[in-house]
Amino acid sequence: MIINHPLLGPRDSAEFVYLGAAELMNRPDPETASAEDWHGYAYLRDNPAGVHRELWFHEGGDRSILIVTRDTTTHEISAVELARKPRAQT
Amino acid sequence: MTQKNRLAGGQLDRDTTLSFTFDGKNYSGHLGDTLASALLANNVRLMGRSFKYHRPRGPLTAGSEEPNAIVELRSGARQEPNTRATTAELFDGLSAKSQNRWPSLAFDAMAINDRFSNFLTAGFYYKTFMWPAAFWEKLYEPIIRKAAGLGSLSMQADPDEYDKGFRHCDLLIIGAGPAGLNAALTAGRTGAHVILADEDFRMGGRLNAETLAISDMAGADWAAQTVAELASLPNVRLMARTTVIGAFDHGIYGAVERISDHLAKAPRGKPRQILWRIYAKQTLLCAGATERPIAFDNNDRPGIMLAASLRAYANRWAATPAQRVAIFTNNDDGHRTAQDLHAKGVKIAGVIDTRPDAPRALDYEVLQGAHVTDTKGRLGLTFVEVACADGSTRTIECGALGVSGGWNPNVHLTCHQRGRPTWDDDLAAFVPGGTLPPGMVVAGAAQGIFSTHGALKSGADAARKALGLKGRAPAVPDAKDSPVIQTPFWYVEGCSRAWLDQQNDVTVKDVKLSHQEGFRSVEHLKRYTTLGMATDQGKTSNMGGLAIMAELAGKPIPEVGTTIFRPPYTPTAIGTLAGRMRGKEFHPTRLTPSHYWAEERGAVFVEVGNWLRAQWFPLPGETHWRQSVDREVTATRASVGVCDCTTLGKIDVQGTDAATFLNKVYCNGFAKLAVGKTRYGLMLREDGVAMDDGTAARLAEDQFVVTTTTANAAKVYQHMEFVRQCLMPDADVQLISTTEAWAQYAVAGPNSRRLLQRIVDPDHDISNEGFPFMACGNITVCGGLRARLFRISFSGELAFEIAVPARYGDALMRKLMAEGEEYDVTPYGTEALGVMRIEKGHAAGNELNGTTTALNLGMGRMVSKAKDSIGSKLSERPGLNEAKALMQIGLRPVRADDKVTAGGHLMNATGPVDAAHDQGYVTSAAFSPTLGCMIGLGFLKDGGNRTGETLRLVSPVTDLTVEVEVVSAHFVDPEGERVRA
Repeated sequence: MIINHPLLGPRDSAEFVYLGAAELMNRPDPETASAEDWHGYAYLRDNPAGVHRELWFHEGGDRSILIVTRDTTTHEISAVELARKPRAQT
Repeated sequence: MTQKNRLAGGQLDRDTTLSFTFDGKNYSGHLGDTLASALLANNVRLMGRSFKYHRPRGPLTAGSEEPNAIVELRSGARQEPNTRATTAELFDGLSAKSQNRWPSLAFDAMAINDRFSNFLTAGFYYKTFMWPAAFWEKLYEPIIRKAAGLGSLSMQADPDEYDKGFRHCDLLIIGAGPAGLNAALTAGRTGAHVILADEDFRMGGRLNAETLAISDMAGADWAAQTVAELASLPNVRLMARTTVIGAFDHGIYGAVERISDHLAKAPRGKPRQILWRIYAKQTLLCAGATERPIAFDNNDRPGIMLAASLRAYANRWAATPAQRVAIFTNNDDGHRTAQDLHAKGVKIAGVIDTRPDAPRALDYEVLQGAHVTDTKGRLGLTFVEVACADGSTRTIECGALGVSGGWNPNVHLTCHQRGRPTWDDDLAAFVPGGTLPPGMVVAGAAQGIFSTHGALKSGADAARKALGLKGRAPAVPDAKDSPVIQTPFWYVEGCSRAWLDQQNDVTVKDVKLSHQEGFRSVEHLKRYTTLGMATDQGKTSNMGGLAIMAELAGKPIPEVGTTIFRPPYTPTAIGTLAGRMRGKEFHPTRLTPSHYWAEERGAVFVEVGNWLRAQWFPLPGETHWRQSVDREVTATRASVGVCDCTTLGKIDVQGTDAATFLNKVYCNGFAKLAVGKTRYGLMLREDGVAMDDGTAARLAEDQFVVTTTTANAAKVYQHMEFVRQCLMPDADVQLISTTEAWAQYAVAGPNSRRLLQRIVDPDHDISNEGFPFMACGNITVCGGLRARLFRISFSGELAFEIAVPARYGDALMRKLMAEGEEYDVTPYGTEALGVMRIEKGHAAGNELNGTTTALNLGMGRMVSKAKDSIGSKLSERPGLNEAKALMQIGLRPVRADDKVTAGGHLMNATGPVDAAHDQGYVTSAAFSPTLGCMIGLGFLKDGGNRTGETLRLVSPVTDLTVEVEVVSAHFVDPEGERVRA
């Protein structure tokens, strides 16, 4: 697969490590979350045949974590964005 | 030897004569020959024995689809089994052997199987070797294994090198026949970056095998002229001898280039083969088509081959299997073989055409509406039996028979991403269909366009389409454009055996039996009969099997469906896939900064992940590793020892939010850690289980240096980047791994400070007052070299870790040894390190084993309630906090000589020994020279309250039962006085 890195352009997926579903970014708020929220966050994942948002770590590159939107049935990648958006220049 | 069946013409270098051997006999051929063409020219038709029945077989084809002529090439370590004689290029000195026969090819004892063929039909093994079950492993499997398989392995390491490479292009063209060549010309002339790959050593595809003309010149000459023009274009890369084996995601193609298979010896420094990863923006598949046979009784005798292959041997290689040849066809293409062979002076004994209205010929007899019903000839064809249209029978004498049942487009690569071919009624064949790999276009015969003009035009059109070219298309070279009509004719009804898949010995009867026994889906048919398996993957046989299946089911072929294809297109050696990643090169070997020094000291090394670490340093006279390790431990505890701990992961954490960040990743608090201080930190996974531990040293308000265990260095870094980028995107914090940047040594023992004072520059106070336990700081050593000093201890002694830029690591180790002579400084390895940490009761990888929590590790109170950290919430789950949870404890044998083993389980002093009564388990064990007995660390239910209790340590696998006493895990200096000294 080729992942079109927003900063570095097209890169072979061999440079990346797969980290899991992008839902991992939605960590429950420790002040308000219920036990069910934590259970869902730690253990429950969708396994869609189709569009999936997922995290890829550019370990063999600039170490960015990318949010890749990929169709699990065709490997078509429809969007790639940085998990951590660059800060606005001040 | 004379080349008795060598004809005139051909694309051979007749001035270069090559000698070779087959089964020990000497033959000669010419440059440009394949092994098969040279053997045929030498009147050798018999080239192998079949897989199951050991039937005598000769080549069926002239290309990579070959099922029969499978031989062993070369000898010694370079012996290569299961190689197709039809694609093996001849070189001087080539030695080849036939396979699957004993004692010889002409007389094969296992041919007895052929007599028992009534028993050896489809499913024979499944039916026969079912019971008694106990016989399977001891009796049946060894027998079957001995009988099965074709070639044999040399059992020696492959002496050749293989490589991998990467290439990029705008347009990858697969196949250099008329479509591919004209496509490459069209694309190449626009300046686009083109790669043209072809599995053959001579580009041109069928043009080299035909007498058809293009633009008033022979097709082969047009091909050569086109290849020459392409070679002159700097933007076109020609890759002959290169098989594109797979179409992968996003325009990535795998291709195997055979660099030196056609040479007696690889040139120095050259690999045998290269596995290319080709990144193509667009791909044009011009893979051509494969002729399909017609099945009839005894259609497998040497001399019976596909008609177009017979023609290829005559036209390209100037060879014929016999001087008297017959043709059996259901289409016009078979007649072209008769014409071409007749023109070369080969006697045509007759053309048997299934069509009642078949075209007649002046030069030879055409039997219209006739069928071949049987053949004769034990080791090679002698006669064919023909049923004529009027019901009479004829016996025709011939040494070869060309069979043509029409052509199948080579759709293989279009299926590699699960595209399913569609049925074309006009061609009676499957053509590319469904969803092709993105960016792929198909042209020429691979698309079902069989005329030469059609191939040239579709190749050019497809290239223009792929590159998005507008405007007028250039003229297509003149070539024949006759429509190709294929009417299906699959097999002649008979009473003996008609072979469909010659490689796997599958007959028409086997397919019928499979249907009768209920194996009716295409996938079941394949697995029950083995149709389409092995090295040729059914390139010539799948279609016939499918057609018969459809007939039996009473359904049209497209409704029965087809199996699709997976990579690789042709067999690929494992060595090619491995490339240079063999043996020690399978993964990188990382050397520590003190490696060469340790080597000089005679260290014994151990692999720790990719690292090589010194395990112990034997001294002269030490004959057992325990002697060395015990000495290293004792000497360190008595005076001072040095150990390379560079392999521990080091992560530099910087930014105004660095402390906030560490508060999130460690379960214990870091916000209040003073600058110049170090703290132990425990990292949890979000589910509350311990992930890793280490230290974090605060070198500045906004800078920490974090250490990880050696094994988890990459994983912890990845986890920290996840927290930083995904969970704390607004925090001002940056991470970088500095593991390789710093050489770091543990200097441990009561004299460690004295030793360090000799190398640390005097303006840095490292006294106990100036640099107390857990202090850290930037210092200089040896007169100005920047360094970092940490007063931390894994051994339980007064100890420091000192780091210098990695390039000074070797020098620092030598300096420490020189300056430490006065204190008998002792280098110690990973074994002594392990013994000392067990004596001190420090957890390591054995304890942080992915199932244990902070509570289990005796660090439950470290999980701060005052802040949120990764894993803090879920570590509060009731299931992880039961009253009698496992707790880390120490163990000593009741009898000092008894052994303590890691992995053993703990049982109460009395009562049953079973899983239900399990009390815990031992994670680490070592002989403690300090205590003079073995000791262990482990986890015990309610372990915190059971000190002094006697338990049984059992290990049923090693039949061990030992009485052990539960003690504090801190065997040495439990009050921690030494580390603070």
